[in-house]
Amino acid sequence: MLVEGVRAYGLIAGMWLRAGMTYRASFAATLVGNLVMTGLDFVAILLMFSQVDSLGGWSLPEVALLYGLSVTSFGIADLVLGSMDVLGARMRDGSFDTLLVRPAPVLAQVGADRFAPRRLGRIVQGAVVLGWALVSVDVDWSVPKVLLVPVMVVSGAAIFSAVFVAGAAFQIFAQDAAEVQNAFTYGGTTLLQYPPSVFGKDLVRGATFLVPLAFVNWVPVCHLLGRPYPVGLPPWVSFASPLVAVACCVPAGLAWRAALRAYRSTGS
Amino acid sequence: MGSARLYLAVAVGGFRRYASYRAATAAGVFTNTVFGLILVYTYLALWEERPGLGGYDQAQAVTYVWLGQCLYATLAIQGGGAEKDLMDRIRTGEIAVDLYRPADLQLWWLAGDVGRALFQMVGRGVVPFLVGWLFFPMALPGEAGLWAAFAVTLLLAAVVSFAIRYLAALSVFWLMDGMGVSQVLMILGVFCSGMVLPLNAFPGAFGDVVRWLPWAAQIQVPADVLMGETAVPGAFAFQAGWAVVLLGLGRLVQSAATRRVVVQGG
Repeated sequence: MLVEGVRAYGLIAGMWLRAGMTYRASFAATLVGNLVMTGLDFVAILLMFSQVDSLGGWSLPEVALLYGLSVTSFGIADLVLGSMDVLGARMRDGSFDTLLVRPAPVLAQVGADRFAPRRLGRIVQGAVVLGWALVSVDVDWSVPKVLLVPVMVVSGAAIFSAVFVAGAAFQIFAQDAAEVQNAFTYGGTTLLQYPPSVFGKDLVRGATFLVPLAFVNWVPVCHLLGRPYPVGLPPWVSFASPLVAVACCVPAGLAWRAALRAYRSTGS
Repeated sequence: MGSARLYLAVAVGGFRRYASYRAATAAGVFTNTVFGLILVYTYLALWEERPGLGGYDQAQAVTYVWLGQCLYATLAIQGGGAEKDLMDRIRTGEIAVDLYRPADLQLWWLAGDVGRALFQMVGRGVVPFLVGWLFFPMALPGEAGLWAAFAVTLLLAAVVSFAIRYLAALSVFWLMDGMGVSQVLMILGVFCSGMVLPLNAFPGAFGDVVRWLPWAAQIQVPADVLMGETAVPGAFAFQAGWAVVLLGLGRLVQSAATRRVVVQGG
């Protein structure tokens, strides 16, 4: 099932990739556009730091570390599954039904639908900021701490992917509410670009226990920098991001299956 | 008189068209509220560190955030209003039908877009603003005069916003595809209107330039009018000036475009 899904995903994504590459200039322009557009968030942070030396007690390299991790991991999830926000439109015009009768996993088809390599723009600028942050931030590096960085990116991408899948399942139930998903996906990555100390305790609690986005970067980065996390947590959770990622993906997958079973076509 | 009724009808149509997507509107309200919450906390931290940044106190910074969320869809800061439909119609050739109508093209689309803006304001913008007002200290004026001036400034902002997007849409007459223009429009709109940070807080000469661009007429000027941070006549003049210049430019481009229009297809 999994192999079949990955294969189908690869085939469909490859098709869209070839289609996109037909217009090379257009591809290059949209890639740059995506890079600039998604980079505006970092420009905002730079503008803020042109006026202050710290935000919520965090320095620019420290905030950049949060930013780089949030944007890179979100960028990967967005590249792989970001097309899911057109699901609502597909259900309304009935073309979702076509996907259901094809002999390939629906999730792979929906994820790879309109696969847009321009989304690499976000990953590129996130990775550049992350690279700069890693060399400028003041961390007492050790082997576990170095290993924590790639673990964060991968777990973060998995957590955001779970949010995308859960959002897609929600869209099937709610029909036309792609924007609700945006609050958690785009809103989530924006939230994680700023230090947890900036936000109200309840918001941090919500992002830690309810929708555990905090494990994308907040919790592990607080460990890296030796900063206290605003909500009391046992020390081992600094390394718990992969577990949290699995714990997110399983219910998201189940919700997706339930949603597919409950789907009623518009029937026109 | 008859033509005023026509454009009123178009505006009502624009309003009702967007009013029919109830679930999407509710979802938009939720998203704007979440983004408002995130931004409010970051701004509070910023103003905690630098009290009086850009001439605002914390309550004014909070007001600015929620006003921005309120106007985000209203003024189509990211694009996605009349210009999107217009681009499609130019690309597909349906624009020929619009040109054939006994109505002014620019006014027709302006009326529809103002109707859309009004709905987005009432349906989508007001609730996040009220949520902000309920849970955070805001700097709102007590005098009715400022609220009246604020209403005028919003209408002018809607016209400037439309005029910019109308110009962008007309470029499709030459480019045949609106994707690149839409992207530029989105980047400039989000950044130069003060959606990421109040333009008052932009540093140095860069800030001076951005504050004179037409995008400043969209969030910064209405916010300053509402909070009594700027002289009302000057604000009106700034917005009206840009509106006249951009609408005039739109008419020039429009006449150039329609003289060369070749409708594709059989």
